[in-house]
Amino acid sequence: MGNFKDYINGYTFGIKSLIVGLRTSMKVFREKNITEQYPENRHTTLYIPERHRAMLTMPHDENGNNKCVACGLCQMECPNGTIRITTETRETEEGKKKKFLVKYEYNLGSCMFCQLCVNICPHDAIKFTNDFENAVFEKEKLVLTLNKKN
Amino acid sequence: MFDYYNLTPLLRSIHAFMCGIMPEWLAMTIEGIAVGLFIMIMYAILAIILIYMERKVCATFQCRIGPNRVGGKGGLLQVPADVIKILTKEIIYLKDNDKFLYGLAPFLVITASILTFSCLPWNKGGEILHMDIGIFFVLAASSIGVLGILLAGWSSNSKYTLIGAVRSGAMIISYELSIGISVLTMVILSGAMDIQAIVSNQSDGWNIFKGHIPALMAFIIYLIAGNAEANRAPFDLAEAEQELTAGYHTEYSGMHFGFFYLAEYLNLFITAGIAVTLFLGGWMPLHISGLDAFNAIMDYIPGVIWFVGKTFFIVFILMWIRWTFPRLRIDQVLILEWKYLMPLSLFVLLLMTVCKVFGWVF
Amino acid sequence: MMEEIKSQTNPVADNVVIVSTDELVKKTEELRSRKVSPMDYLHDIVGMDWGEEGLGALYYMESTETGERTVLKCVANDRENPFIPSVSHIWKTAEIKEREVFDFFGVKFTGNPDMRRLFLREDWKGYPLRKDYDMNSNPLNLDNEENADVTEEYFITPDGKIEGKENVIFGKEEFVVNIGPQHPSTHGVLRMRTAIDGEVICKIDPILGYIHRGIEKISEQMNYRQTLAMTDRLDYLSAHQNRHALCICIEKAAGIEVPLRAQYIRTIMDELQRIDSHLLFYSCLVMDMGGLTPFFYGFREREKILSIMEDTTGGRLIQNYNMIGGVQADIQPDFCKKVKEFIKHLRNVIKDYHDIFTGNIIARERLIGVGVLSKEDAISLGATGGTGRASGWANDVRKRHPYAMYDKVEFREIVYQEGDSFARYMVRMDEIMESCHIIEQLIDNIPEGDFKTKTKPIIKLPEGNFSTSVESSRGEFGVMIESHGDKSPYRLHYRSTGLPLVDAMDTVCRGQKIADLIAIGGTLDFVIPDIDR
Repeated sequence: MGNFKDYINGYTFGIKSLIVGLRTSMKVFREKNITEQYPENRHTTLYIPERHRAMLTMPHDENGNNKCVACGLCQMECPNGTIRITTETRETEEGKKKKFLVKYEYNLGSCMFCQLCVNICPHDAIKFTNDFENAVFEKEKLVLTLNKKN
Repeated sequence: MFDYYNLTPLLRSIHAFMCGIMPEWLAMTIEGIAVGLFIMIMYAILAIILIYMERKVCATFQCRIGPNRVGGKGGLLQVPADVIKILTKEIIYLKDNDKFLYGLAPFLVITASILTFSCLPWNKGGEILHMDIGIFFVLAASSIGVLGILLAGWSSNSKYTLIGAVRSGAMIISYELSIGISVLTMVILSGAMDIQAIVSNQSDGWNIFKGHIPALMAFIIYLIAGNAEANRAPFDLAEAEQELTAGYHTEYSGMHFGFFYLAEYLNLFITAGIAVTLFLGGWMPLHISGLDAFNAIMDYIPGVIWFVGKTFFIVFILMWIRWTFPRLRIDQVLILEWKYLMPLSLFVLLLMTVCKVFGWVF
Repeated sequence: MMEEIKSQTNPVADNVVIVSTDELVKKTEELRSRKVSPMDYLHDIVGMDWGEEGLGALYYMESTETGERTVLKCVANDRENPFIPSVSHIWKTAEIKEREVFDFFGVKFTGNPDMRRLFLREDWKGYPLRKDYDMNSNPLNLDNEENADVTEEYFITPDGKIEGKENVIFGKEEFVVNIGPQHPSTHGVLRMRTAIDGEVICKIDPILGYIHRGIEKISEQMNYRQTLAMTDRLDYLSAHQNRHALCICIEKAAGIEVPLRAQYIRTIMDELQRIDSHLLFYSCLVMDMGGLTPFFYGFREREKILSIMEDTTGGRLIQNYNMIGGVQADIQPDFCKKVKEFIKHLRNVIKDYHDIFTGNIIARERLIGVGVLSKEDAISLGATGGTGRASGWANDVRKRHPYAMYDKVEFREIVYQEGDSFARYMVRMDEIMESCHIIEQLIDNIPEGDFKTKTKPIIKLPEGNFSTSVESSRGEFGVMIESHGDKSPYRLHYRSTGLPLVDAMDTVCRGQKIADLIAIGGTLDFVIPDIDR
């Protein structure tokens, strides 16, 4: 007879658990949904944290000058060879020879956002911004030149 | 009483008019084609509505919005867009498989579904196929579907589809017992196999109230077994996308796949529709004895709205179940049938017979 | 120890005992069967190329009783035909680990019944982790790879010669179904060749390497800071813990002191990551079993954790937060507030999780008593983490070898005895609550101070072998570094948490159904990039 009792108990436990499950899903059914509608909420509720790393940039001051001294540390530190720096040696007014930055090329396509370049930079010349809408149709367009003038 | 919307006189007069201007055989042929087209169009429209409903309901259960881009804010045109997409897709035939059976399988599934669909009583005088053994015909016609599934799985010449098909065969054949017995229970209560007669018998109260406890139990058994017949979660082992990627229709593409997809949704509707017919009074309005004014107002609502409304209510319950529970395993599905549902439905059949014999039904 | 012990100048380096190939089996059997702290858990086998000295392997083993660790080193001098006796009859996990060593170094293990490549294609030329490997010897190959149904075994004949024989993996009569690599529930590109009889599983042969990226080889050309960037990409659901492990190892070897504030932050982040991973585990398990709605519940809460972590670390999946000597940046000002709010919220909603799934009769029938892994098997297979703890093996690294703040906080190690799928599931669900408990103890007491120490621009580790392990979200994640004093590691090896778990699939799944295979895979909770590395 114990078997039959187990059978009945199994029945009741099963039905009870199913009803609890249905109740829970109905509870969530009545809750507000949580979807973020991305392109529509771009100017309203979209929140991208400030520290989010989306693209490497080189800040320029109002005169268009950057802080890069073309030391090449970032290029050496990058694990992927994402950064390519072209330099030239010019003479300064005091007559000293000094390296100048000609072109700071950054390949967004191969960047893995490890932040090593920013960490190693002695002059804080580069930083990551949270500007994340970087999709392009051609791969070549991912190679960006970060400095505005040489 | 509630004869405002009886369609029989209208249909008779149309037939008489047609016979007046042409020979009877021609009139019959034209009517047959018209009715056939009507079924097909209804079928497609209902499928679109059901797919849209499923997407929205499932999205709401999952804290999502669901389709919301195509066709305005509600995403109303999403499903029609999908239909167009699926119509224009290539139908891929595989190498080394049985081309004839591979092509035949989706048609078998959809034929079974349409045949069953045609038996639904939409309104007084609004059924398409009317025969004295209507409910028996429904059971027989719906069984053709499993043949299509088995053929699809076997002829695809793929391991996943074969496993899916075999699972489906084992499951559907088992669950047909419970469906058959619970339908039989209601046939005993109504004393008729004619679908219209079953509905008419419920004019003084729906079967689920008339038959009280045994009818309620039969209703629940029917819903569970019907869910399994329609291959829907938690009984969707034949598809089981997490195990068999798409089960028996893994290899199908384009409209071939579309047929399976349509049939799946319409089978859901048919399951719900038969449940409504047998248990919830078909197109009969809701009457509460004693409230005559209320009953009179209910009578003004057309039967077809009653039928569709009740059916969609059952469809919603089935969706609710689908989007709540995890899937069963094949042996558990069979254990559930043979160890729990089948003895219970036999017991319910006995109980109903006893109730009927002693007149304990209302 | 009677063997020669390598003279150690560095006290934090591993004490490596050198064993000759002839003595290896005797020595390991002795270690395994000794009375006091038997070495029953083979932590890892690290293949090595010592150049002139020869090819060989390091055996990291541990006693589950006392937590004592031993490292053996075995070298085969012949570079052309290196043979080392197999220890797969002592520890089950050695079979697959030795295959890995064979794959990368070409060391053949006599007595291992299965000497196929593990990650690379069967037609791969050369052994890529050898120092003299020619990088151009394997151009991109787009041909279809046929998997052989037989494998080679090498054994020593009584007269001392080495011979090979063929072992059959799948016979002609077996019905083999490929589950994966493109399959909805293998959680990545894992492929399991599964022999089935009807619905019942007879044998599983995992085929790995579909996303093998050679991170260990790449790391050999990198400096230590750069190697950190790879760790987040191993097990992406344990990004913090993986990186933590490598940081600890480098800091230990280089003698860098980590400020207390950084230790607190690291611990909190590890635990947040664990909650994140376990929520994803819940979601994926439920989805694997066909319940799509609870899947979204888990993701709904996980999204909140990711937002909290993104505020501070700047990343959602690839966090990039720990660094040598501390953490990348200080926590966001409202971090503590948000974490506390989240924990409060999680404690409320976790009830829904249990209502809709844990208590559900279908879920219980599908999980209870299915896929039982015994404690002995768990230890022998090296199945750590929640999987081992569900089998009654208390293997939490946070308790055995505490690191960061784990010896200062009070928490319970969740251990179940059943070893079935349901126990594995419950371990993780309970650990979510334990992690909340740990975070609550720390979050209000984060001390003021620096979040990192200044490190030298070029970090060089002293010579020696260094190893660390941490408790990642799904088991023991280990880092082994062999340094020759350069600025980049001579060899950097990660102990994959998932590899032993995938290896355990065959043991656990035999005799179960196809649907159980999916559920068991879900409860073992492996992440493929971590296995493939």
